[in-house]
Amino acid sequence: MNNNIILDIQNLTVEIDGKEILHNLNLRIPKSESYVLFGPNGSGKSTLINTIIGIPNYKVVKGKIFFEGKDITNLPVDERIKLGISMAFQNPPEIKGVKLLDIIKFCLKKKNEENLEPEHYELIEKLNLTSFLERNINVGFSGGERKRSEVLQMLLLRPKLVLLDEIDSGVDIVSLRLIAQEVQRYIEESGATALIITHQGEILNHIFIKRACVLLDSTIYCYADPQEIFKTIKQVGFEKCVECQKRVCEIDG
Amino acid sequence: MDENKNNKIKSLKDLPHEILDSIITTGVIGEEDERSGSFLHLNQSTIYSRINKIFENKVVMMDTKDAIKEISWVKDYLWRLVDKDKDEFTRRVSQDWSGGYFIWIQKNAKVEIPLQSCLLITDKNLEQRVHNIIIAEEGSDAQIITGCLTHPDIDKGDHLGISEIYVKDNAKLRFSMIHHWAKKSMVRPRTGIEVGNNAEFISNYLSLHPVDDVQMYPVAHCNGINSKTVFNTIIYAENHTHIDVGSKVILNGKNSRANIISRNISKNNSNVIARGKLIANTPTCKGHLECMGLLLDGETKMEAIPELQVNVEGAELSHEAAVGKIAENEIYYLMTRGLSEDEAVAVIIRGFMDIGIFGLPKQLNDEIKNIMNRKDFGS
Repeated sequence: MNNNIILDIQNLTVEIDGKEILHNLNLRIPKSESYVLFGPNGSGKSTLINTIIGIPNYKVVKGKIFFEGKDITNLPVDERIKLGISMAFQNPPEIKGVKLLDIIKFCLKKKNEENLEPEHYELIEKLNLTSFLERNINVGFSGGERKRSEVLQMLLLRPKLVLLDEIDSGVDIVSLRLIAQEVQRYIEESGATALIITHQGEILNHIFIKRACVLLDSTIYCYADPQEIFKTIKQVGFEKCVECQKRVCEIDG
Repeated sequence: MDENKNNKIKSLKDLPHEILDSIITTGVIGEEDERSGSFLHLNQSTIYSRINKIFENKVVMMDTKDAIKEISWVKDYLWRLVDKDKDEFTRRVSQDWSGGYFIWIQKNAKVEIPLQSCLLITDKNLEQRVHNIIIAEEGSDAQIITGCLTHPDIDKGDHLGISEIYVKDNAKLRFSMIHHWAKKSMVRPRTGIEVGNNAEFISNYLSLHPVDDVQMYPVAHCNGINSKTVFNTIIYAENHTHIDVGSKVILNGKNSRANIISRNISKNNSNVIARGKLIANTPTCKGHLECMGLLLDGETKMEAIPELQVNVEGAELSHEAAVGKIAENEIYYLMTRGLSEDEAVAVIIRGFMDIGIFGLPKQLNDEIKNIMNRKDFGS
């Protein structure tokens, strides 16, 4: 077992309601090597992330997921959180009667009557969420407010692996900048690893990640510089990634 | 019925510990300084009734039978809002009853802290029959917490309770009733309310513990100009609970208003029927009815029956009702914040029953929150 691998996905096949979304997918992410994952709509990017966090509708029919060498394929969601995986949702649900402050306390393992620490308030303030603490979670939140609240909750869990699902869709530029800044600061300070899913690539203008890859037809292609990949995708589309990959294989072969 | 006059107590603190621990689940507390007055009807007799000194000029509280003897006009307030011949239960109370609370809030009196009354059954298989009268005189403002319960050691005790509540012009009354009955109890409250000009009646009803058979349908008559009635209901029915509860408001007064909100949860072979009815008899009245239900498993039932009846053109009545199960994505979302599945379900249930939506004043809000916090909603 390689101790430097934080996430190791082997031959993963995933179904939703009996429909196969990912087939035989392999992905290995070394510790502290954050990745941006590109892919067209419907390629299964969100499925991959939801499967890593363990949402039961995403059914693993084959393959395994290892986190720091431990097989987590069949662990319930909360057990994965305890191991150090955390996620910011693309479309978090509204829950009436449950306040943002309540959820922050869950993340921090604080009892209802306990107060937050100054550094928590600092992060809440930085993400412009102080006035949302007493609001029901996601009820009437704008796109940007939802994403800021997602990133706040995710970071308060102090994860080793950070999963960001389409964090740059439906969000204003100010919020995106804030989010990117705080995620960047966290991964640099803590040595955590991030897997950032993006369709539009907008996040790349605000966060510095060295590596990227492309998900297409259940295969991860082209481990390379994010800006370069993004430029190519914009010019020639995702289809070219397949051709390109084939050429690389021939050269290597 | 047996009067038991000799068993009167000097203070609620004289009650045995297990009873004090038990009444607190219905919002009735032994710390009488935190209440403007306390009343206790045990089985078939009133054993305690006391108004705190600073409120003595503001409220009269005693057993209804004593009130009839001591105050000549009290008898005129009996059976005015509830028909004696409505059903077998009203008839039974009219034939033989053991008393009840009489609460008379004086004109323009501001009773800043709650009055509390407790109807307690400790004799197994007893059918407690009470008749309660509340009169909130003109310009008064008060709140009452009433806890109705059985001793934790008995599994049956029936209760028939007639309540007639008069909220006179410009008065405001907040009436919170919390039930905690023995599992096999049969409970039949029969309640009528009359709301005067510019007067406001707010009812909060909580039932969080298993009970065999509760049926009630209080009726408020918004007769006054600008009169307003609000019914808030929270029902958590589990373990073979059968509960058929609704609220009805008849809007007769010009510009009268009504709001009925209920949150109902049904679990483990329970059956909840959540009713609500608004009747508009004046063109300028408005009312809204909101009934939400959650089913926590497949062995349980719920029926939401909202009714609107408009008898004149120009009245505005509306309703929304929804019955369903907990959304799975909400459970998994909370699990990604570190909660176990059971904890997540309990949090969602608490959120669903959030009394914040009732917009109650802070102290009353906190009182009801405390009662709810005593209950474990784990799945």
